[in-house]
Amino acid sequence: MLHIVACIKQVPDTKIIKMNPKTNTMDRSSAPAILNPYDAHAVEEAVRLKARYGGKVSVVTMGPPPAVKAIRKCIEIGADEGYLITDRAFAGADTLATSYSLTKAIEKIGTMEPIDLIICGKMTIDGDTGQVGPGIARRLDIPPLTSVNKVVELDREVGYAVVHRKLEDGYEVIQTTLPCLLSVEKEINEIPYSTLPNMMRAARYQPVIWSVEDLGIVDRTKLGLKGSPTIVAKVWPPDKPKGGEMLQGSSEEQVNRLFSILMNKKELFHKSGATEEGGVQ
Amino acid sequence: MNIEEYCGIWVFLEHKDGAIVPVSLELLGAGRRLADKRGVPLSGILIGDGVKGLAAEAITYGAETVYVYDDPIFYHYRTESYMRAVIACVEKYKPEIFLYGATSTGKDLASAVATDLATGLTADTTMLDVDAETGLLEASRPAFGGNIMATILCKKDRPQMATVRPKVVKALERDPERTGEVIEEPVELREEDIRTKVLDIVRHTVKKVRLDEADIIVAGGKGLGGRAGFEMIGEFAKRIGASVGGSRDAVEAGWIEHSRQVGQTGVTVTPKIYFAIGISGAIQHLVGMQNSGLIIAINKDSNAAIFQACHYGIVGDAFEIVPMLTEAFDQALREEVEHG
Repeated sequence: MLHIVACIKQVPDTKIIKMNPKTNTMDRSSAPAILNPYDAHAVEEAVRLKARYGGKVSVVTMGPPPAVKAIRKCIEIGADEGYLITDRAFAGADTLATSYSLTKAIEKIGTMEPIDLIICGKMTIDGDTGQVGPGIARRLDIPPLTSVNKVVELDREVGYAVVHRKLEDGYEVIQTTLPCLLSVEKEINEIPYSTLPNMMRAARYQPVIWSVEDLGIVDRTKLGLKGSPTIVAKVWPPDKPKGGEMLQGSSEEQVNRLFSILMNKKELFHKSGATEEGGVQ
Repeated sequence: MNIEEYCGIWVFLEHKDGAIVPVSLELLGAGRRLADKRGVPLSGILIGDGVKGLAAEAITYGAETVYVYDDPIFYHYRTESYMRAVIACVEKYKPEIFLYGATSTGKDLASAVATDLATGLTADTTMLDVDAETGLLEASRPAFGGNIMATILCKKDRPQMATVRPKVVKALERDPERTGEVIEEPVELREEDIRTKVLDIVRHTVKKVRLDEADIIVAGGKGLGGRAGFEMIGEFAKRIGASVGGSRDAVEAGWIEHSRQVGQTGVTVTPKIYFAIGISGAIQHLVGMQNSGLIIAINKDSNAAIFQACHYGIVGDAFEIVPMLTEAFDQALREEVEHG
């Protein structure tokens, strides 16, 4: 049976988060914790592959106990099982330490049921790195494929998959052995509204929760802050731009003034009015 | 790990269509500055098939040494093959700092390499400096969606690695007088060791506009209210020969595609003129466009942060202002045609 593991993270919604200007720290209470939007697409893709080929979707996350909520969201999308690894020892992990801890959890899940495919979102919106997925792949010694925007085919028996990797000006078609790890773009799918049975199952769902002790043989020096080569030495608010000139007067006067400012750069504007692209697609 | 053994600044030289990509040249510029401050050499690493000739080009942009892995196995970028070359080279020559462009290739490669070398990697850096004494790389980047800037250090592991955003540092002037050494490295990889194959590369037939190369960008945000608003700014953009961009809100609302998103999780742009229309100016947006030559903001809300980041601002309704502006260009165009 095809077994897909999706790696997910609960993140503060950075779009609406407020900063404490005195301490330069995040006011976490100002931002709701959500399932990282990229990861929702990873789970959705796993669910679609399950629909195509049959099988099972497990999700795994590292985080504090409330991250159970993000797992429930994945169940709503259609995942079958969820695993939360939570332990103080994981705190302060950078991408290297995070990929180590998640790898240990994935290895344990794999001992119960062999894994054919691992899917991650392109990146998280709080860390913005995209480094954890490839890190897990390297630790498991399976091929990492980033920027994936389509899974063309997958054959568990023969042990290969064909995917598209997005390029700046197109895509490449890649054949890979299985198991492998995919980091997927948002455009890979659209997430439909959850079905009622999934929502009901999600509301009651209790994921498997593991601490460090549950993960088997773990090198504790590779966990959390201790296992993180990078440290945040300093945070500061971005430079405040000083602001420009506000145009005054009626709309017409403002437009006329702006037009004359722009005409100082006349040479930049296409005289023919033609564009290289024909507008928005 | 004996940190003392590690010396020199490295840049991964990414190439495309037979030329080194701009961000790699920019990193040679930044790397040169770091290397001079530290008093250590600057080197590039070049991997590909038939790419040896590009090494001389890297030298004209500031590299003293270029390590070359030139073999048909590297014809396509593949994580596994490139990663092995990079790791072999790092283990052999031990650089203290290693910079990659924050492109899809650079980020893919650096993530894999950092894991195998068990060293620190800072993503999407926008500012770089080095402590001349300690040799610590100070890699700064926007964090938490651009709400704060953070300086990241990697104190105990080497090389200190970072991916660096395009267009945040400047390349040196090309100088053909610069000299350097090209070292060809042996390739000990076999095709059967690589588990992925590139079956095909499909380029979009309609050449998509690279937003980061546009001279003029007309960008819209939440204030445009919907697709109709984007049609309106699209019309204006068409009239003046501009490309259209959008804020994260507009992209998430589905009014414009993700490839046109300007900002922290989108593209960083530096056009000569940037119009921000109905964009409030969240920091994650500003980090993607604040280095534009001339920034014009149009927004209903006089308190919008975008007015702090613009050169000229108009408080007003975009649906009134933009058509008037479009008409002003139309009229100028007609007059020009009439007066020949």
